[in-house]
Amino acid sequence: MNKILIIFAHPAIQKSRIHRKLCESAREVEGVTFHDLYSQYPDFFIPVKREQTRLREHDIIIFQHPLYWYSCPALLKEWMDLVLEHNFAFGKTGTILKGKKLMSVVSTGGSARVYNDSGNRHHTLPQILAPFHQTAMLCGMDYLPPFVVHGSHLLTKADILGFSNQYREVLKALRDNRFPPEELSSATYINDLI
Amino acid sequence: MEVPDFFLQAVIYLLAAVITVPLAKKLGLGSVLGYLLAGVIIGPYILGWVGSETEKVMHFAEFGIVLMLFLVGLEMQPSLLWKSRHSIFGMGGFQVFLTTLILAGGGLLIGYPLYQSLAAGLILSLSSTAIVLQTLSEKGLLKNSGGRAAFSVLLFQDVAVFPILALLPILALLGGITMESVAMQDQVTGFAALPRLFQLVLILGVGLAVIIDGRFIARHIFRFVASSGMREVFTASALLLVIGSAWFTAKIGLSPALGTFIAGVVLAENEYRHELETNIEPFKGLLLGLFFISIGVSINFELFFSHPLRITFLVALLITLKFIALWATGKLFGLKHGRQVLFALALAQAGEFGFVLVSFSNKLGIFNPEFSSMVIIIIIMSMALTPLLLIINEKLVRPYYIRRTNKKIPDKVTSTGNIILAGFGRFGLVAGRLLMANGFKVTILDSNPANVEILRKYGFKLFYGDVTRPEMLEAAGVKDARLLLLTMAEYDEALKIAAYLKKQYPNLKIAARARDNIHEFEFYKLGVKMVQRETFNSAVELGSRSLHYLGFSRYQAYRAGLIFKHHENEIMHELYEHWLESENRYIEETRRFSEELTEILKTERDFSIHDTDCAWDVTSIRKEAREKPE
Repeated sequence: MNKILIIFAHPAIQKSRIHRKLCESAREVEGVTFHDLYSQYPDFFIPVKREQTRLREHDIIIFQHPLYWYSCPALLKEWMDLVLEHNFAFGKTGTILKGKKLMSVVSTGGSARVYNDSGNRHHTLPQILAPFHQTAMLCGMDYLPPFVVHGSHLLTKADILGFSNQYREVLKALRDNRFPPEELSSATYINDLI
Repeated sequence: MEVPDFFLQAVIYLLAAVITVPLAKKLGLGSVLGYLLAGVIIGPYILGWVGSETEKVMHFAEFGIVLMLFLVGLEMQPSLLWKSRHSIFGMGGFQVFLTTLILAGGGLLIGYPLYQSLAAGLILSLSSTAIVLQTLSEKGLLKNSGGRAAFSVLLFQDVAVFPILALLPILALLGGITMESVAMQDQVTGFAALPRLFQLVLILGVGLAVIIDGRFIARHIFRFVASSGMREVFTASALLLVIGSAWFTAKIGLSPALGTFIAGVVLAENEYRHELETNIEPFKGLLLGLFFISIGVSINFELFFSHPLRITFLVALLITLKFIALWATGKLFGLKHGRQVLFALALAQAGEFGFVLVSFSNKLGIFNPEFSSMVIIIIIMSMALTPLLLIINEKLVRPYYIRRTNKKIPDKVTSTGNIILAGFGRFGLVAGRLLMANGFKVTILDSNPANVEILRKYGFKLFYGDVTRPEMLEAAGVKDARLLLLTMAEYDEALKIAAYLKKQYPNLKIAARARDNIHEFEFYKLGVKMVQRETFNSAVELGSRSLHYLGFSRYQAYRAGLIFKHHENEIMHELYEHWLESENRYIEETRRFSEELTEILKTERDFSIHDTDCAWDVTSIRKEAREKPE
């Protein structure tokens, strides 16, 4: 059984419908540690050693956040800059994260169509998530296909409920190693495997 | 229409108080002296407007003391009273005993017979609850250990009146006074006529009833009365409670003041406590004022001027002997650092109980009428002198003890770092530790010897000395300092130093702790730009934590605080401009805060804080997305 750490970054959770629901689902799953960065470190002061210990104790790390200007909210970036130190996450003796898995859970305002190759944004979501993918590589981690919610502004209540159920199932399957490895490596979004 | 005399008298009393009391307070003499002076002025020897009714007025006004003790009781938690039982009985008992002994000894030496000396000693050993409590509370000294001890002793004296009343007839017998006059004493009725055991049961029963009533029943009665919504009915019920308990304790043969005090203590934890206080307070104030005026009126200057030297000598002797006895008592019971002097000066007069006891002794034949009026004038004059004695304490004794505790030779200051920190107390300690934790060498100066000693124990290197003196700072190397932090709590002195140093060393960088906006502006004006108000950030912090408690997410609450802080900074610039324009206006200290507040609120209208935080608000994006799907 894998231990999952969700690192959640949302500066205005009170204004988000989808993430509130996704968080609820995530907290229900046994074996998941839910870590809300903006509520823990509102002044951006991140205790590096404590965070590193947390990483050590988990097998699958998830970054859950809305996509802001094609990246993550500022505090998660600060967290990455500080916590993923040389000789902890990378470098000659930085092997702590090696073999662990990293996954992004993101919501986008734009619909799925605009993140197609042919859409007006010219880049697919996996291309946009390249910095996270690359980070995983440098740390020796497997980067899993992302869990994505597109078109977040226009979601109906039923859509939101659907996504949160899907998310719960994804987390359980990851925890219990139920995804066949070949499917994991070929999928664009992990949503498609449920 | 015939105008009753009463109106004229009321006008005279009120007018005298309204004129003299504020004057006395302005002159720093306190309200008690003001009332006394008012009494002297309208009394028979100066203006002669009042006089004949004074005794009646005084009896009526004595009720103010009863109300005062009720209020003092309300302020006192029962547990606190229980804790001070040793000082009440031990200290109070010892004080009465020792004072009586010394005074009686004095009387014997002057040549009065033993029984008269003892009676006078007992009577004069009691102090004036009214004057002492009023003066001490006005000066805020009741919380001081000397003031608390004085209160305990006064409480004991309230109880001691009754044994003294019982002792006086025995003294009369000792003096060989005929039995007939004493015999009238035996015609006791009421409570005292009951058998002893029954008396005890009755007292215990009443005590229990009072406690049960105060704890469980009074609340319901007050709630019922308060629910009527009639303010005056609540006042009436408060007065009913106080007068009722006074009447009742008097009926069972105890001091009414004591009774209401206990009633107050029992109600101290009642939810209507505050309501009771505000209702009784004005009555107490007026009646006490009236009481003090009537004392002023009744000073018998005719008698005084017939034996001026003798009476002055006796008053001085009384105060001196009482002072000695009280000082010894205070010392014995562990009062230190000038508190024993405060205690002794506060209680060095004779009290209003004396009036009753003297007239009783007169009836018993212990004192003849001439002697009685002599004792009365001594009592009254010693009472009138009390506020003056306490002013002496304030102006001479306290400064002396403060100087004595501070009388330590200033350290020879040498520079231990090129950053100087002046004032290492509540504020400087934090700022200084932050600098030192980051490896900076700091030369620390502090003017509180106790503080210096403690900090030295914990390994801080700091110099003791008066940080407000430029020589100290110069010895610490202010000339070549990279930075001077003025973190002391002597706000005005800090400004003076800053002004001096800015002139001497224009390039010196100064960081200053400010008390409030205006203090901060004064630093700005001197060219000191690095100023921090001592409470502002903490207040914002607590407010922001409250927001989180009230449902904001932690980050939202944090940002709200941050926004507020920056918003306030903007306002500060505006305020500074205002202040520069209006600086020459004289602002009284008490009005300073409200003036400041008005300015802040006025300026705030121009800057709206309410729509500055639109961050991460997706409402408008959502709206657009709905209108024009991609």
